[in-house]
Order: sequence, then C-alpha cells, then structure tokens
Amino acid sequence: MPRDPITIIVGVRTRRYPQSSGRRTGRADRPLILIPAFNEAANIEAVLARIHQATPAHPVLIVDDGSTDDTAARARTAGAGVIRLPFNLGYGVALQTGYKYALRHGHDCVVQLDADGQHEPGDIPALLAPIAAAEADVVVGSRFMVPGGYRSGAVRRLGMVVFGALAFWLTGRRFSDVTSGFQALGADVLRFFSDDRYPPDYPDADVLIMLNRAGFRIHELPVRMYARHGGRSQHAGLLRPAYYVFKMLLSVLLTPLRQEAFKRQGA
Amino acid sequence: MPEITLHQQVFAFVTALVIFAFIVELVRRRRLREEYSWLWLLTGAAMLVMVVWYRALLFVTAVIGAMSPVTTLMLFSLLFLLAIAIHYSIIVSRLTVQVKNLAQELALLAAERERGTAADHRAR
Repeated sequence: MPRDPITIIVGVRTRRYPQSSGRRTGRADRPLILIPAFNEAANIEAVLARIHQATPAHPVLIVDDGSTDDTAARARTAGAGVIRLPFNLGYGVALQTGYKYALRHGHDCVVQLDADGQHEPGDIPALLAPIAAAEADVVVGSRFMVPGGYRSGAVRRLGMVVFGALAFWLTGRRFSDVTSGFQALGADVLRFFSDDRYPPDYPDADVLIMLNRAGFRIHELPVRMYARHGGRSQHAGLLRPAYYVFKMLLSVLLTPLRQEAFKRQGA
Repeated sequence: MPEITLHQQVFAFVTALVIFAFIVELVRRRRLREEYSWLWLLTGAAMLVMVVWYRALLFVTAVIGAMSPVTTLMLFSLLFLLAIAIHYSIIVSRLTVQVKNLAQELALLAAERERGTAADHRAR
C-alpha cells in the first residue's frame, strides 16, 4: 500500500457491500467546478476570478441557495453558470443540486469548493488527478495534511477529532479532515449522491463513512485552506454548532445500520 | 371493580360518537386524506368500543395491571397522541424530501430554460 508524504492512499474496505472487482475507467474529461453559495456576494467575485486564473478551461457552476443578496447576479456577471434555488434549503441540498446538474449535462466529475474563498483553486488539478487516473472515486482536500497549514478554534478542532475518531472506528481508516468541503467526485459518486440518501444539511463525516461502506475509494490530499474573508459561516452561532454535533452523531451512528447497496454503472 | 354510571356512559358515548363522525365527515369532504385518517379512525373506533363494551376496558385495565380504568384511559390517550405526533413527523419528513426534490427540479429547469432563451437570442 503506497504511503508517501504527498498522497495517502488507503484501499477499499468493503463490508457487506460486494462491489465490482472489474476495471474501472476513471474519467475527468469534462469536470464541473461546483460552488454552493448562500449570501456570499462579498466573496464570490474574488473566488471566481481566482478559479478562472487557476483553471480557465473548466466551466463553473454556482448553486445559489436562496441568497437574499446579489450573489447570483454577481456570479453571472463574472461569467459563471448559476442555478438559483427558490429558497434556502441547506448546504447539502445545494451541493446535490449541482450533482444533478452535472449528471444531466454530461460532466464526468465535479470539484466542489466553498464560496467564501477558504479553498485554493490552484489545488483543483491535484484533486482531479486521482479521479482521471481511476485511482479514486472521491478525493478529499485535507487542510491538516499540510504541516502548520490551518488553524481553527478549539471547539471545532475537538469536534473534528471526535468525528475523525468515530469515522476511524466505523471504517477502519484514518481521515485527517472529515469536514472538508473541498472535494473532487467521480461520476459514480455523483450518481450515488443524487439519491435521497444524501443528507440535506451537513454532509461531512457521515457521507465519508457511507461512501467507504459502499465501497468507493476515498483519497485524501493536502490542500491549502485560508480563514474565510467576509460573510457568515454556516456554523456561526451557539445553537447551530450544538445541533450540528447532535445531527452528525446520530447520522454517523446510524450509517452502519443502514443497508445502502449501490450498483456502479458497468459493475 | 368500579362501575360506570349510566350518566357517564351516555356522555362518553356521545363524545366518542361525535369525534368519530367528525373524522368520517372530514374524510368524506376530502378535507382529510384517507391515507392520513386511519390513525384517527382507529382512535375513534377504540373510544367507541371502550364506552359501549365497558367490560373490555376493565379487562385491559386488569391486563396492564392498572389500578383503575381511568388510568387505562389516560395511558392510552397519551399513547394515541404520541402515535399521532410521530405519524405527523413521518409525513412532514416525507414532504420535506418531496419539496426539496421539487425545488431542485425547478431550479434546474429554470437554468435550462434560461440557457435556451439565451441561445435563441444569439440565433436571432
């Protein structure tokens, strides 16, 4: 099992779900860059400009999750495709809308990043590479694999440690960053996620466990992450973090009790 | 065993009957959908049975080990209310998923239509 400082590749641990053992063709010919955004008018233009600089060839889609500011208009002016949800439905629903869009428009993979500018678009090609090479179905950009790369508050760090430990317990493998929104997903994962099993609010550790159990190959790559520039994080406040912890605990602990068979195309 | 007076029985019977009739009427006028009414109808029917056939209530009381039929009634009213509340949660959860899917579909179709009209303008 290869284990170098750049890429930590952990093989599939299939439990209960027998998956295809045949050759899978990795494809990343038509990637879609997907950005869920809720009231990010302050950040969106800068983020789009940086993405355009890093990967000018890839189309960018903003899913505007019922913003009340002019996020959508600014994104459109900046040349991005925009989908507007009629009202605020949550981060997970916005992402899933993008997955559905990608599948319908013939994209074979998606790179998702946040609209607040905390992810470095220069890392997009690196995240896509394992998918193009058919080595992974999901590539998670981890902020903690970079030495001294990212600092976060004590409470959030504690949460990450706890959910990381739970994920390890349930999957038998280490995830260094279970809350990363910077990910690349292959077409099979897009299909897997376009179902109602995808959580509407905070798809984090539970989704990684679900993917692992369904036999998808998950890679983690080090990425740069920055503190957000302006606007409001989805985890702001006092009650929301508490609800997040409750929801994630329930979701993580229920994941192994669910039977979610998934057939890959051509499997 | 405590006995029920005719007075009490008449009042309970009328109450149960009115509730049952009200639910049936709601379903008849399609104000309440059949698929959501079954739990209410079950509750109403159980109330009627308990009133008319008082021995059944006494029997249930003995079975669950309650001291008086009043306890039995209270307990089962609470259980029925709980069941109905859970029933609603299930319905609301299902509706939430359906609304989510509809909103996504709407957004996707709107984006497609926009692209279509933009292409039309270019063609002209």
